[in-house]
Amino acid sequence: MEFIYYFGDVFAPVSFALLLVGTIGGLILGATPGLSPTMAVALLIPFTFQLEAAQGLILLGAAYTSTVAGGAVSAILLKIPGAPANIATTLDGHTMAKKGEGAKALQLSFLSSAVGGVFGVLLLIFLTPLLAQWALAFGPSHLFWLAILGVTVIGSLDSSSVVKGLLSGSIGLCLATIGFDDIMGAQRFIFHPSLGGGINIIAALIGLFAIPQVLTMFAKGRQTAGAEVIEVKKHSVLDATKEMLRWPRALTIGTLTGSIIGLIPGVGGQIAGLVAYDQTRKFSKDREKFGTGHPEGVIAAEAANNAMVGPSLVPLLTLSIPGSPTAAVLLGGLLIHGIFPGSDLFDNHPDVAWTFINSMLIGQILMCVFGLYVAGMAARVAQVPQSIMAAVVLVLSVFGAYSVQSSMGDVYVMACLGVMMYFLERFGFSAAPLVLGLILGPIAEANFIQGSMIANATDGMGVYFLGGALNLFLIAVVVASIAYSVWMEIRVQKLVAMGEAKT
Amino acid sequence: MNRYQHIIPSGLIFAVGSWIAWMSYTQQPAEAFLFPRLIATVFVVLSGWTFVKALLGKSRVGVGINRQMIISLAPGLAIAGIYIFWAAKFFGFYTASFATFFLLFSIYDPSPHAEVKTWVRRVVTTAVFMLVMYGLFSLLLKVYTPREILF
Repeated sequence: MEFIYYFGDVFAPVSFALLLVGTIGGLILGATPGLSPTMAVALLIPFTFQLEAAQGLILLGAAYTSTVAGGAVSAILLKIPGAPANIATTLDGHTMAKKGEGAKALQLSFLSSAVGGVFGVLLLIFLTPLLAQWALAFGPSHLFWLAILGVTVIGSLDSSSVVKGLLSGSIGLCLATIGFDDIMGAQRFIFHPSLGGGINIIAALIGLFAIPQVLTMFAKGRQTAGAEVIEVKKHSVLDATKEMLRWPRALTIGTLTGSIIGLIPGVGGQIAGLVAYDQTRKFSKDREKFGTGHPEGVIAAEAANNAMVGPSLVPLLTLSIPGSPTAAVLLGGLLIHGIFPGSDLFDNHPDVAWTFINSMLIGQILMCVFGLYVAGMAARVAQVPQSIMAAVVLVLSVFGAYSVQSSMGDVYVMACLGVMMYFLERFGFSAAPLVLGLILGPIAEANFIQGSMIANATDGMGVYFLGGALNLFLIAVVVASIAYSVWMEIRVQKLVAMGEAKT
Repeated sequence: MNRYQHIIPSGLIFAVGSWIAWMSYTQQPAEAFLFPRLIATVFVVLSGWTFVKALLGKSRVGVGINRQMIISLAPGLAIAGIYIFWAAKFFGFYTASFATFFLLFSIYDPSPHAEVKTWVRRVVTTAVFMLVMYGLFSLLLKVYTPREILF
């Protein structure tokens, strides 16, 4: 119950103001198609440099929470999911809006998001210290395998091709080796003075997540504003609350599915929303109404995608393994303040860790309150032409990358990585495993070197890295995640082939 | 997406992977390249697999690039490249950003170019955005950007 002692810190004037800014800004950014939660959080990192660690994390955490929920606004009113996590919301939410129930759909989405989100953060509060204690038993070989696990799980589960996902991860790991070697001080792959200090994580995150979005908007050419916003008629919040409570099954399935999926590294909100939607439909008495504007569909999808936010941070805060691309960006936010998450985070920086987690709990409630009132305005923002959005994101990216250490080198690195990622994405590669490789590379290398020193002095590399129950368990999880993804890929290919044969 | 669109990028990645592996195995001191060797080996195996799959015509993932996309992308990419690699340092951040924002907005804005109010809207939007950027980065965050050529 240590977290209760740090609740007051969230309500300190500056912290609470940042929580409000992050929440309202996140709702608006989330409603804007093309601005993913990961990109929004990456672009916000430069604004946290001048803040204390806890304050910076409050801003980033609030933005993360509310961009996921804000994505429902454009999903419901424009039929364009603000983020991949809101795809399932579109199925029933937009149909409800077309039937004149737009306000009700929005209210249901924010209320169920808050229920799911609060449950998810409570899970984070109670699971994190337990796992952190367990993580104390981890030695260099375990931490090495954990880092590899982080890259392979995201690489295999987050990509449409397992091999390309794993290849993206290894590109990230290779990029992480650029710069000076920590032990010998030797130069490695420094082909340009900009790379002397290695690749700056923040500049890389901005480049890998923001620049491909900018180029995607350019590639669409001179486009008129997106779909027409459906007008929202007034609807009582109390009635919406009663409506939500009429569907406890959808709320429970959504919340539990999202929480469980959130705990698995690499499985994002998109999967959480779709799985919860599908499971709720299977268990519903009105399954034929799904897709025709049924409230259960909105409740399940939104409860799930916000319930996964809290649990997705558990692997990050306990084992320093980001469970999602956004968690990887948050790790970047922690590292710039010299805070390294892991087993001793709660011993060395309890104020930072608990204030951040508590702010996410309060943030869920604020997100719901503001969401109910800001939704209409957010939908208007979602109509901002892509020509403006592309230029805004480009200039923000340049300023953001430069402000990390006032270096043009970081801007060049950001631009090169961004253009490279855009073209890689066109050929089926994914940014998430590459980022994870870049972030976890130094962790993997440090533990590999440390482990090999211990191994050389004791039982040898084979026994040290491949022996022991925990090592074998982690290796088994790595192999299982890859095997599962390969099996899924083969299944999908067979289904596609069968579909092509029929037509 | 035709076969060559799979072969060319996967071939390039395989070439880069092989080069990194060669560097890792030939550079000294060997201890400093222990981890890069491990990763580069995995890189070569995976990129080789992807390349062979592409050669055999079994690569299916990805949407590739097409002529229309390149035509739409080219001006934006060129302006962004000039802005980042030359103009930001030469003209100063705010001057270069103002020009870049205005150019990109004008090129990709679907509003008719012949109307005066379209141009007024573009200038006003650019000016307001740059004021916000100045307020955020220079006044709030105190980021010292390269000296401006005009002021």
